[in-house]
Amino acid sequence: MMEIPETLKPLFALGCPALAAILILVFGRRPNLREGVTLLASLSQFSIILSMASRVVSGVKIQSYLFPIVPGISFGFRVDAFGLLFALTASSLWILVSIYSIGYMRALKEHAQTRFYFCFALAILGAVGVALSGNLVTMYIFYEILTISTYPLVAHEQSQEAIFAGRKYLAYLLTSGVFLLAAIVFTYATAQTTDFNPGGILSLTSSSRSTLITLFILFILGFMKAAYMPFHSWLPAAMVAPTPVSALLHAVAVVKAGVFGIVRTVAYIYGIDLMRELGLGILLASFAGVTMIVASLFAIAQDNLKRRLAYSTISQLSYIVFGVALLSPMGITGAILHIPFHGFMKITLFLCAGSILVASGKKNISEMGGIGHSMPITMLAFTVGALGMCGLPPACGFVSKWFLGLGTVEADSLLFLAVLLISSLLDVVYFFPIVYIAFFGDRERGTLNLSEGRMMKEAPLSMVIPLSITALFSIIFSFPNPITSMLFDLVRLAISH
Amino acid sequence: MEWFIAKIFAKYNYWIFIILMMIGFYGIVAKDNLIKKIIGLNIFQTAIFLYFISLGAVRGGTAPIVDEEIIRKGYVYANPLPHVLILTAIVVSVATTAVALSLVIRMNQEYGTIEESEIIQKLGEGGMTRTD
Amino acid sequence: MLSFVEHLPVLVVVISLLSAITIFITGWINKKTAWYISTATLLSQFISSIFILHHVMTVGPIRYRLGGWVPPWGIEYVMDALNAYVLVILLFLGLVCVIYSKRNIDHELPDKGVSFYTVYQLLITGLCGITVTGDIFNMYVFIEITSLSAYALIASRGKIALKASFTYLVLGSIGACFFLLGIGFLYSVTGSLNIHDLSLLLPPLYGNRVVLAAFVFFIVGLSIKMALFPLHTWLPDAHAFAPAEISAMLSGIIIEISTYAFIRVAFSVFTARFLQSLPVFDILCWLAAAAIIIGSVLAISQTNLKRMLAYSSVANMGYIVLALGLSISARKAPWGGLNPSMMHILNHALMKGCLFLVAGAFIYKADLWEIRDFRGLGRRMPYTCAAFVIAALSMIGIPPSVGFVSKLYIILASIEAKKFFFVPVLLLSSLLNLIYFWRVIETMYMKRVEGKDSAHTSHELHLQKEEIPLGMLAPIWVLASLCVIMGILWLANIPIPLLNQINSTFGLGGIR
Repeated sequence: MMEIPETLKPLFALGCPALAAILILVFGRRPNLREGVTLLASLSQFSIILSMASRVVSGVKIQSYLFPIVPGISFGFRVDAFGLLFALTASSLWILVSIYSIGYMRALKEHAQTRFYFCFALAILGAVGVALSGNLVTMYIFYEILTISTYPLVAHEQSQEAIFAGRKYLAYLLTSGVFLLAAIVFTYATAQTTDFNPGGILSLTSSSRSTLITLFILFILGFMKAAYMPFHSWLPAAMVAPTPVSALLHAVAVVKAGVFGIVRTVAYIYGIDLMRELGLGILLASFAGVTMIVASLFAIAQDNLKRRLAYSTISQLSYIVFGVALLSPMGITGAILHIPFHGFMKITLFLCAGSILVASGKKNISEMGGIGHSMPITMLAFTVGALGMCGLPPACGFVSKWFLGLGTVEADSLLFLAVLLISSLLDVVYFFPIVYIAFFGDRERGTLNLSEGRMMKEAPLSMVIPLSITALFSIIFSFPNPITSMLFDLVRLAISH
Repeated sequence: MEWFIAKIFAKYNYWIFIILMMIGFYGIVAKDNLIKKIIGLNIFQTAIFLYFISLGAVRGGTAPIVDEEIIRKGYVYANPLPHVLILTAIVVSVATTAVALSLVIRMNQEYGTIEESEIIQKLGEGGMTRTD
Repeated sequence: MLSFVEHLPVLVVVISLLSAITIFITGWINKKTAWYISTATLLSQFISSIFILHHVMTVGPIRYRLGGWVPPWGIEYVMDALNAYVLVILLFLGLVCVIYSKRNIDHELPDKGVSFYTVYQLLITGLCGITVTGDIFNMYVFIEITSLSAYALIASRGKIALKASFTYLVLGSIGACFFLLGIGFLYSVTGSLNIHDLSLLLPPLYGNRVVLAAFVFFIVGLSIKMALFPLHTWLPDAHAFAPAEISAMLSGIIIEISTYAFIRVAFSVFTARFLQSLPVFDILCWLAAAAIIIGSVLAISQTNLKRMLAYSSVANMGYIVLALGLSISARKAPWGGLNPSMMHILNHALMKGCLFLVAGAFIYKADLWEIRDFRGLGRRMPYTCAAFVIAALSMIGIPPSVGFVSKLYIILASIEAKKFFFVPVLLLSSLLNLIYFWRVIETMYMKRVEGKDSAHTSHELHLQKEEIPLGMLAPIWVLASLCVIMGILWLANIPIPLLNQINSTFGLGGIR
């Protein structure tokens, strides 16, 4: 294969989904070709991003700036360890979800599949663009592309409920985009740049304390994609989307883009020292802590499996924000690790939920009694994901939560440690009943296929394989091996400043 | 008082122009009949034309036809440029009036009236969302 | 000897006028020729305008003396960066609209083709004339030629359009009269009508009340013509009930050309120094802010797509005027001076042109005016609707479209001018845009067609495509794709040197 020049790699990584989107439209009437394009694009994107990893690990920052937008801001990409980690997570999961969605969409005979794949590719373009952006303006451009391209996916079903969910989705996310734009513009006005700089670009010498705090609030409102409370309600509503969308976009790409933005703001725009000086860490951590616990409580009350997972996502996203807000190296390590780890675990859970839907037509937990006997692989994978969510070994959620715990100790805050522990306990409270019902519940009623009235069996292979792989990786990440060590190298690099 | 009269009458051409203009404006705003609106518009335009013409006038000046005799005898003559301008402006105004009148004729054919309020009423009957 | 390019400014106007006459005469013999003559004329005009722009950028301004009379006595045509730029935009949209009208006019105005193209060419003549002239009275005459042809074209669909046209005529004539009065006042103190000459004669008279009064008359007169809030009342009906391509021209070009006239008067006849001594531009900013918000709110309350777009034009004129109002206080490149307003003149022409042509396509194909009737259109007319979505997203300001760039630059300008109030206004307006455009998109794509509840199957099977002919689709897509391409070009600052040259003509901007 021809070697791509290093500075062009970010462009090629984004070119894959962009080209794929166009080809999908062209081949709209030929499903096999169309889905082949999706798979090929996801594979090549992942390999390009992976090929950047070895350089980034050795400390090189791959930069490619295309053109200046205004003095001090250029449209361009700068691949650092943190961005690469997110890009790797999103693109690797895109491969698996592509395979999965082919099975899912065909099994359910969904309508408007071309639109689905087209928007999906654009959404990946947005997410990876956010990850690789070199400054806030570039990031904003991709952030908005991500918002718009996911709307048709949320409203995919075109029912009244889906349309309302879509409206809510747009109303929240585009409003927040407006706040983000305001924040970016004011940042530019004070700092004359919006480049991500380890250690921050804002300082107390150039602007007053109150300005910086107001600006920070604008930023946080701007990253509403992180689904913190009380601005979370768009996420459960968005669960009307087809499961692959909920899995990749509303557990990984979209919501992580929000969290990613918050981390970028805290660490690269404000800088840890300034955050500490302004006392914003405590503020952010308190908000995140409240969301962690309250979202878990909400989750307990949900019977619809996808909605329960959505509330779990809200809670878990706040772990990441929480870890960063602790402003300690261990906390940030935990937070950054939680991005890929939670991605893999949550996607496993969502893919399982989708398989159950396809195999049995069931959406509610109360109907799933004994389902583990007819769908053993799916439910085993689900159990792995659930263990990880609760922070229990052998799943990798344990690792990231361990670091978060260390972070609270480092930050010298017993209160925050207590919050973390209570929240983990609540995770157990809402995840273990599902596992229990699946394996020990009422088998007579539970194992019947609702839609076809016969005994149910595993979902199609193209769905079971991806979810087994993600489950497998959720375990692999918690044991020492080359992949994990690369991840840790990246995290070490990301926090080394 | 003398001062006041001097002020008013010394520049009476401006006052006439303002009064005419206001009469025309009143016609446009207050009259319901579309033809009367057009007449108001015409008065409005004419007022401005008169202002221009009065700008060019020179007391005791002759028509601005330049020949040997005028130059030799040193006659003053009116500034011809405003006249030229207003000739153009009159053409414009006539064209505007023509278009406006033809619109009124078409509206009369369409609605059977040239009262603005009645036309609006008839439009309203078709509902606010009607499209043509 | 003048080079060939230096003759082009006058030729642009003359060939348009001649073609109007030709169309009228040949129309007696063969009705089909009208479109071909009109298209050929506009194409040659457009190419000339590009030559003019190139000449102005590389060599310098063109001054053409009509009939060889020396200014200030003779009429002079002056091309500098500003009007060369505006001329290109206007002829481009004019060309696109005339290509579109080949099929559309047969549908909207059957048997009126010849008169339509005759008046259309007169409209183009007027617009070109306003742009190229360097004589203020000449500008008045061309403004009136433009308006008269516009009244006729608006009224051409008959019925409610007659009333709309009449209202426009009355208000437009008042506006023109105010403009004329302004000219008269300036003439009475300076004795000159040449714009360049006026700019030399006026500075010593800046304190003079007659000069101030003249300036106010210019502002009010042109504000009516450019539908600046609260003088916009004529616009919605006139723009909504005209034929589609005329709506596109009205919203995309005609009100913008009035803005051009305003800029010409404000910065060429008067100067930036004069404007800085008055609070006029601050007041303009506030009016524009009101226009943005109120125009958008009124647009939300519309049920008719074209009326909605017309109100959106009121809001967008607010953008342009706001950018204009900030032009004397924001100086830093690339957003200083006239840059954002110039930018938005082009951007709005592209976006609104595209949207009105799409609205015309719906009327052409299915006689659909009301937004609620658009159910299922996304499948019936996929390419048209996709173009609509692109233009609408651009209006909302989603990057990397042109709308985003305008918004970004105006925001940056208002921050530099320390007028922070306008930042939330602009941000809020994009949310309001979202509300009214998304309603349309949602109806087109997401709402199910009535009586067909099982969307999963019936949707795809029973609605076959009814796409509009290529002759209409191509112009729409040219505009829609330019909405994105120009957005990227603006972001890459590629056309900025042109705008900087405009600024330097007027002594604006300057800090690089």
